[in-house]
Amino acid sequence: MRHIISLLMENEAGALSRVAGLFSARGYNIESLTVAVTEDPTLSRMTVVTSGSDDVIEQIIKQLNKLVDVVKVLDLNDGKFIERELMLIKVKATGAFREEMKRMCDIFRGRIIDVADGSFTIELTGSGTKLDAFIESLDKAAILETVRTGASGIGRGDRILKV
Amino acid sequence: MADTQQITGAEIVIRCLEQEKVKFVFGYPGGAVLHIYDAIYNQNHFKHILVRHEQAAVHAADAFSRATGEVGVALVTSGPGATNAITGIATAYMDSIPLVVISGQVPVPAIGLDAFQEVDMVGITRPCVKHNFLVKDVKDIASTMKKAFHIARTGRPGPVVVDIPKDITAHLAEFVYPNTVELRSYTPITKGHSGQIKKAVKLLLEAKRPMVYTGGGVVLGEASEALVKLVKALNLPITNTLMGLGGYPSTDKQFVGMLGMHGTYEANMAMQECDVLLAVGARFDDRVIGNPEHFFSKSRTIIHIDIDPSSISKRVKVDVPIVGDVKSVLAEMNDLVATETPKQQSPALKAWWEQIEAWRSKLCLSYDNSNGLIKPQYVIEKLWEVTKGDAYVTSDVGQHQMWAAQYYKFDKPRRWINSGGLGTMGVGLPYAMGCQLANPTAQVACVTGEGSIQMNIQELSTCAQYHLPIKVILLNNRYLGMVRQWQEFFYENRYSESYMESLPDFVKLAESYGHVGMRIENSNDVEGALKEAFDMKDRFVFMNFITDQKENVFPMIAAGKGLTEMLLANDINAEDL
Repeated sequence: MRHIISLLMENEAGALSRVAGLFSARGYNIESLTVAVTEDPTLSRMTVVTSGSDDVIEQIIKQLNKLVDVVKVLDLNDGKFIERELMLIKVKATGAFREEMKRMCDIFRGRIIDVADGSFTIELTGSGTKLDAFIESLDKAAILETVRTGASGIGRGDRILKV
Repeated sequence: MADTQQITGAEIVIRCLEQEKVKFVFGYPGGAVLHIYDAIYNQNHFKHILVRHEQAAVHAADAFSRATGEVGVALVTSGPGATNAITGIATAYMDSIPLVVISGQVPVPAIGLDAFQEVDMVGITRPCVKHNFLVKDVKDIASTMKKAFHIARTGRPGPVVVDIPKDITAHLAEFVYPNTVELRSYTPITKGHSGQIKKAVKLLLEAKRPMVYTGGGVVLGEASEALVKLVKALNLPITNTLMGLGGYPSTDKQFVGMLGMHGTYEANMAMQECDVLLAVGARFDDRVIGNPEHFFSKSRTIIHIDIDPSSISKRVKVDVPIVGDVKSVLAEMNDLVATETPKQQSPALKAWWEQIEAWRSKLCLSYDNSNGLIKPQYVIEKLWEVTKGDAYVTSDVGQHQMWAAQYYKFDKPRRWINSGGLGTMGVGLPYAMGCQLANPTAQVACVTGEGSIQMNIQELSTCAQYHLPIKVILLNNRYLGMVRQWQEFFYENRYSESYMESLPDFVKLAESYGHVGMRIENSNDVEGALKEAFDMKDRFVFMNFITDQKENVFPMIAAGKGLTEMLLANDINAEDL
């Protein structure tokens, strides 16, 4: 099953490679991984999207906790959470395509952030499945380039991951 | 007033080691650590042991730790010095041995420019250390060293690498060694959950066929005494893993021998057939449990005590996990057991012991000693007698390691020093150096094979320099014996590259370093030679025992098979081989 694991870690050189190295050394899947500093400059927040059986996820959480730089680990799937991913997608926008692209963008509540003679660049946020759906709905030939950030997640309501 | 004197980074490193009361630093100098070696020249707080290869420095520091419980310290230069240390670090990591390995690094401005003798030590060691540091400011040396020792020795111990660029060791700073360490991201749990502990005691008291299985965690956690108390109070049968030997006295009748791939028949049968299993400081690895599916073909309730949560339910799902320091958890269990009114031995437990005795009566470790050739098992039995069971025994990896584990009866923890997890050939001699330096008057025997000993044979020179009266027990069968055994069983006697040709004359080799060399070819001479060697209390003696080439290690469980699918010596006919 797909799990979103959030962690807080010391904002130190090499911390990211400790996590990435752990996943590759132990053969765990990484669907996506995002990391950035938090409001506390000594801490980074990382979101790892992975998949595995309950036993594997349990081991992943334990192994992450074992890393000396990791301060806290939370499996977001243990409760209610929200996930969002940002995509920048450059699409062909010529002739009839131009109107069509604008319409699709509106339907998915995206924003056109760059306009050129032959193309639009669209910014779209949502769950991974929403972004997938947008890509699916476009003519493959119309897609020039896609950039996705990978998912970020946060617990709903009082669920807070903080030191 | 604070000491505001400015000293060099190199001197700070030395002062840190002094603060940590380090007695020995095992190392090898080189460009990037020249400042540190210069500071060593002017100090007398610890003794530096100059090895002949960095791998041996880390192994010797590792053995010093295994023998004493203290943190071992090694010092190597950058680049090749650092990479040579990797096998030693990985060996210590797999067996959870606390080490601080200080490596030199090229100067900070040169990092990343493919400088001479540059290697990314932090990157290359990441998968085989508990933690590592690159120090980029002289002001951080002291606090980093404090953290390194703290991380190495607490929780589940392990090696920590501190990589220090050369320019940092020349910069000046004030020396302030912190008294305490606070790491918000590192707070190992030590006290077990009391509800779980109660549950565990209740299960053991009600068990019909209880069994105790303990590993290296009992030795590392100094928990032997508490373990013996519990096992005695409840009259439980107990087995040790390869790493756990000595955690419970092997000569005690409740001890059923080592378990696992080359464990005893009774230990493996009892593991499979028990109804309640108490696992302490062990990790159900593949050499111990064999095939987990086969293990689960019988149901039992498993209690698992370990300081590392990730060791619990990794290969084998357990019913009562207890995360904590094994000594403290066992002590709590003993307190609970003491409040129970002493009961007569239950009929079920009596029947269970009768069953175990029936398995034991198979005498699975008996061997045929009648062909006049020196049997390796016999050498180990005599070694045990001659040393009165009180030696520090190190081993390399292979058949001789298994025979030493099976036939030398360890009654105390920290006496059996070997590479269990990584299985590193070549550890035996440097391990013996670490043990002998830790215990200068103790009897130290290095049980080895002609394959393994040659992997770090250069350390004969170190042994001469420091007058280490080690006794090398070479069980020389002219084969990489364990490889040959597998080729015999599983590759139809195709002995591919397992014959050791062109062996040196080990007697002359030993003598060339100023040691005593002995060659023993006759079974009748084994005991006398051992006595003669151990009587030379101040000499290094290299004993080359020419043993039976075809001897195999039994019992044996083939890789991937279940615990009870053992091959026993008497089940195999000569014509099968």
